[in-house]
Amino acid sequence: MLDANDLNVFPVDAWIQDGVAWIALNLRPLFLAIKWPVEYVLNLNIFLLQEIPFLAIVAVSVLLAWRLASIGVACFSAVALVAIAALGVWSEAMTTLSLITTAIVICAAVGIPIGIGCARSDRMWGVVRPILDIMQTTPTFVYLVPVVMLFGVGTVPGEVAVVTAAAPPLIRFTNLGIRMVETEMVEAGLAFGATKRQLLWEVQLPLAVPTILGGLNQTVLTAMVMSVVVAMIGAEGLGLVVLQGLGRLDVGRAAVGGIAIVLLAMMLDRITQKLAQPGGPGGRPLLRSLRALVRSSRPATSKPAISSPDQ
Amino acid sequence: MTERLRVENLYKVFSKSPDPALRMLAAGAKKADVLAKTGMVVGLNDVSLSVPSGAIYMVMGLSGSGKSTLARCINRLNEPSAGRILLDGRDIVAAGEAELRDIRRKRISMVFQHFALLPNRTVAENTEFGLKLQGVSPQARRRRAEEVLSIVGLARWGNHYPHELSGGMRQRVGLARALATDADVLIMDEAFSALDPLIRTEMQDELLRLQRTLKKTILFITHDFQEALKLGTRIAIMADGELVREGTPQSIVLEPGSDYVAAFTREVDRSRLFDARWAMTPVQPVPLAAGLCLAETGDGGGLVLDDGGHVVGALDSETLRGLRETSGRGIGSLGALRKDFVTVRECDSLLDAARAHRAGRPMAVVDEEGRLTGTLAADRILAGIAAAPSHPAGGLHA
Repeated sequence: MLDANDLNVFPVDAWIQDGVAWIALNLRPLFLAIKWPVEYVLNLNIFLLQEIPFLAIVAVSVLLAWRLASIGVACFSAVALVAIAALGVWSEAMTTLSLITTAIVICAAVGIPIGIGCARSDRMWGVVRPILDIMQTTPTFVYLVPVVMLFGVGTVPGEVAVVTAAAPPLIRFTNLGIRMVETEMVEAGLAFGATKRQLLWEVQLPLAVPTILGGLNQTVLTAMVMSVVVAMIGAEGLGLVVLQGLGRLDVGRAAVGGIAIVLLAMMLDRITQKLAQPGGPGGRPLLRSLRALVRSSRPATSKPAISSPDQ
Repeated sequence: MTERLRVENLYKVFSKSPDPALRMLAAGAKKADVLAKTGMVVGLNDVSLSVPSGAIYMVMGLSGSGKSTLARCINRLNEPSAGRILLDGRDIVAAGEAELRDIRRKRISMVFQHFALLPNRTVAENTEFGLKLQGVSPQARRRRAEEVLSIVGLARWGNHYPHELSGGMRQRVGLARALATDADVLIMDEAFSALDPLIRTEMQDELLRLQRTLKKTILFITHDFQEALKLGTRIAIMADGELVREGTPQSIVLEPGSDYVAAFTREVDRSRLFDARWAMTPVQPVPLAAGLCLAETGDGGGLVLDDGGHVVGALDSETLRGLRETSGRGIGSLGALRKDFVTVRECDSLLDAARAHRAGRPMAVVDEEGRLTGTLAADRILAGIAAAPSHPAGGLHA
């Protein structure tokens, strides 16, 4: 009788083990080159968020939440941040926030251009799409082993894992957002003599912004989840609090970490979600929000009276 | 009028390798045959036409007739499969990428059915879109945008967003954007089809008003025959990718040429379409007395003209007979002339003529300088409105 185990003749695990070991040994400069910018941005973020006083961070977060989202989200942000501080995990929360903001910066810098490339070339999308499928269906734990082998342990390798896990949604949504721009809009661009570059910058990207921001929201949430998981390879932050609680069977400490994670995640989700809704309560896409943010610091200029049209 | 745009034997087959389909079409196959044999969709089948400068050239057809394909081949949003499109003698189909871009920027602009305004830009920013692509400086293009917006009647709307505007106003912005680049050829692809009927009529009138001063060459795509009649200097009717009838609105209504076209012309309001010139009876004035001519009106009476051809009065049949019997004596006293004749211009519609008509009074048709060119009797007006007489401007006793 044929047994399933008899068929196990391919030592795939050994091949992969050898393969990764070979890569780790021979492609070290490549991984150092990948690690360097991640490390740089992450350390800058950690430094900033740890050094800026508590009240200043609360104030900036509330202001951002108010201008980018709504007054309700601003109130929630204030409560959430104060609660995190009250739980006594402020410093850990700021490290986690650093992991997430770094992931946003790097994912945006890498993911949006890749997404644009995919939208403009079916061939590139054909190559990238299965890779994204694999990346998104792979359980997050599975990332950890190769990351440890290639980048080592600690917060920076953790960040690499966070970025790897968080980039796919942004690439997908950027691609989707550009492809979904109405044909008539693209044709309007072409009919008035736009070059490919002008078409991208003047028509496609601005109209894709809401979708791209939707992807950013997904990226933030994935980064949040991953920033907790990477505690297992030695990354600091709220995940470490939970992991320590788990290791010592300290339910209280694990719960504190968990509550802080939920609060932080909800705050980030609400802010980034509102960005993606152009017709929402904020009623303005990102660029105008940012412009509004700048303008609010100046005295308001009187607007000319507007007469209603005869329709 | 000189020719601005010329389309020669244009074919469009929606396929990457259209050659088999093109060979079939060249051998006389129709759209349906090609679809059945090769599975390829034929957009245009041997279309040739000539658009005079300054004309509103209407391309009319039902959906799937290829009218939009034709328009979009002109600025190559659709790539023609074969044939030539000459803009002032230069072949657009053969133009390279840079030349095509230049043509799109400076020579041909377009108005879209669903406006295609960028929702993230204000009305002024949308209007200056074409100029921005050309790299015109912000101040200059804003000035131009304001200029064009005031032409289309949206002077104070520059800082609003498209979603704040009604459909008709949005299409005015679409029109302003097309006018801003100063292109002399305008493609209007079902430009008014998405508007409700009242606004559509308003926009048609607006376009006619603008065209009087702008004198653009407009290629206007429509599925609405009434719109084609109202706006068009010439109309091309398409079916299944082919041009089935081409001509002036009047000539198409008079001689549809096929049942397909006749189906459109049947419900046409001829009283608005045809003008007095078309139904009138031309006059051959004969000398009557010193400095005066007589133009007979057909009912025995006549109109008396001065040297310049202007009508000075009318004579009823009895007076005229009396004059003839006395060989013209007595005309010296113009008191015998009736002054109650009615005047219409050549370009007035038959509806206007019917409204001006008064029983028992002769009707004079005059040209732009006020010179008499013909007379119009009630039966001619009625004949013109009811069913076209076989010979426009034909004989007196038709």
